[in-house]
Amino acid sequence: MKRLGTKIILGAAALCMLALPVQAGTYKVGAIFAVTGGASFLGGPEARSAQMVVDAINKDGGIGGNKIELIIKDSGANPEKAISFAKQLIEEEKVLAIIGPSTSGESMKIKKIAQQGKTPLISCGAAEVIVNPVASYVFKTPQKDSFAVKKIYGEMKKMGINKIAVVAGNTGFGKAGKAQLTKLAPEYGIKVLAAETYDKKATDLTALVAKLMADKDIQAVVNWSIVPAQAIIAKNMRQAGWKVPLFQSHGFGNIKYVQAAGAAAEGIIFPAGRLLVADSLPDSDPQKKMLLKYKHDYESKYKEAASTFGGHGYDAMNILVAALENGGADRAKIRTAIESLHGFPGIGGVFTFSPKDHNGLDIDSFVMLTVKDGKFVLYNSK
Amino acid sequence: MTLALFFQYLFAGISYGVIYAVVAIGFNIIYNTTGIINFAQGEFVMLGGMISISLLHFFPLPVAIALAVVITMLVGALIEIVFIRWLDRPSVLRMIIITIGLSILIREAALHIWGDSIRSLPYFVGNELTTVSFGPVRISPQVFWVVGVCGITVVGLSLFFKLTSVGREMRACSANRTAAILCGINTRNMVTLSFMLSAGIGALAGCVMSPITYTQYDSGTSLAIKGFTVAILGGLGNSMGAVAAGILLGIIEAFSVAFVPLAFQDAISITILLIILFVRPNGIFGSSDAARLKEF
Repeated sequence: MKRLGTKIILGAAALCMLALPVQAGTYKVGAIFAVTGGASFLGGPEARSAQMVVDAINKDGGIGGNKIELIIKDSGANPEKAISFAKQLIEEEKVLAIIGPSTSGESMKIKKIAQQGKTPLISCGAAEVIVNPVASYVFKTPQKDSFAVKKIYGEMKKMGINKIAVVAGNTGFGKAGKAQLTKLAPEYGIKVLAAETYDKKATDLTALVAKLMADKDIQAVVNWSIVPAQAIIAKNMRQAGWKVPLFQSHGFGNIKYVQAAGAAAEGIIFPAGRLLVADSLPDSDPQKKMLLKYKHDYESKYKEAASTFGGHGYDAMNILVAALENGGADRAKIRTAIESLHGFPGIGGVFTFSPKDHNGLDIDSFVMLTVKDGKFVLYNSK
Repeated sequence: MTLALFFQYLFAGISYGVIYAVVAIGFNIIYNTTGIINFAQGEFVMLGGMISISLLHFFPLPVAIALAVVITMLVGALIEIVFIRWLDRPSVLRMIIITIGLSILIREAALHIWGDSIRSLPYFVGNELTTVSFGPVRISPQVFWVVGVCGITVVGLSLFFKLTSVGREMRACSANRTAAILCGINTRNMVTLSFMLSAGIGALAGCVMSPITYTQYDSGTSLAIKGFTVAILGGLGNSMGAVAAGILLGIIEAFSVAFVPLAFQDAISITILLIILFVRPNGIFGSSDAARLKEF
């Protein structure tokens, strides 16, 4: 009996020691990212970027002495998993806020859960529907799809293009983009002569290119996807000797696709955040310092190229940190604090939130880029 | 449809078709010696591409490809020895589950080793923009490599099965396993050999097609579905049938783009598979008499 008593005391002491740092002020923050699975190119960098922010803050003593505890859940881009993680984080872990999920599909599934649980959610999904209509507790950091479309159409107007073909992958991203492209075309006096969807696993689009090319009226092609077909369509078009301009979505902002398409990538025009051309921005640019810091920190810590996708996770975490600093450790106060953030420079752009705008970015958060000598450069319209 | 467009579709179709055919032949080789469908066949194609791309850092292109083929063959042998060989008269269902499990295993291992980004070998001749023109029809030289290499593989295989003693022993295994054992043929080794052979030709196809289609850790899955469709269409076990069926399916897919939205392209091949399974389960080139002798 005596030994058992000692054991209990020892156990209790150990528990206290474990529990102590937690009592000394910890902000619990949840994160749901698709670290593995089909969207790992989003979720991986997002989770690493968020962790990087948290590590840096905790190293400097936390927020007003309070350390941040980031609980990252890997959803594998599965909406069902995202739902159960969201419930778990809100009800069991009692987190102050959730960042993520990585994809629009997952975000839409947990929008209501976050709203009902009155827990701020800062999504990294691109689709506009996440914040339109506005749910008071739901925010997002990536630029809206419609901005990318408007940016492309604006550029086309300057180039005198008004008849185009649209091709898109059969993913959520591709479908949303195709819908936006068709919807916004009339506003810019642009006619969509052909709109095709290909499988996300498509490995060759020669036949499609042959079909589109037969229509001599098509002046440009817009491709909307986040899959390897971005490189394949470029190759197949140039191999077929088709010289019309090829526009891509902001999903093309990944240098690996440029490498994959090789010489065929030259001259592709697409909208993207400023991260990809951070070095060549003027010093007066409000984002430049932030962009270079992120790029440097991320690349030296993880030995891989920083991407705009990781930037969404970085922004989400930084916005939350700012809200914790301004508002304090309370779900409702965090929400209000995010809404009142003004001119907050991030990776995606300069965020200015309001009760009506839970994305906080405007169309100028995108710039038009092109590929020159295998590198991303700013596109100078003629 | 203009004549130029017709030929453009035709060549696109042939280049898809021969790739399907090679995957289907991989299915057939293993089916012939063991009576099972190896659902990890697509993964051999992926492995071939991935390994050759990694080896390209150290070796010139032909050596990298040759080594990749050899390594994939060893992987094929290893899989057979570890997972298949010790099974005593396994049921068909059990084999299907095992090979599906293997395909998932290889895929996840590839994700772990190579990550999820797309990779590719460089074009063997020229670059992404090089084309050979026949009047208005333009074709990438890589397409000729694919068609050529796959063609040589098919011819080489049929010569191997007809002329060499090992090839004949493998055929004996597929014709009647008990009789083959009685003749002193080590059927277990023949099964290992069939896994190596189909892994090898899968890997070779994976290398030559990599510049066109790119290679990703999960690119084997969709190929396996197409290859399986073609194997069924041509009659399981019938290699020449597979070639004809592969090119037929490729051409149908390419021309379908002209008439229906592209989104339906894959639906077409699956529809064909279903129709064949209902109407002619032995395939268009298979004979029902031969099929009756098989286990399934």
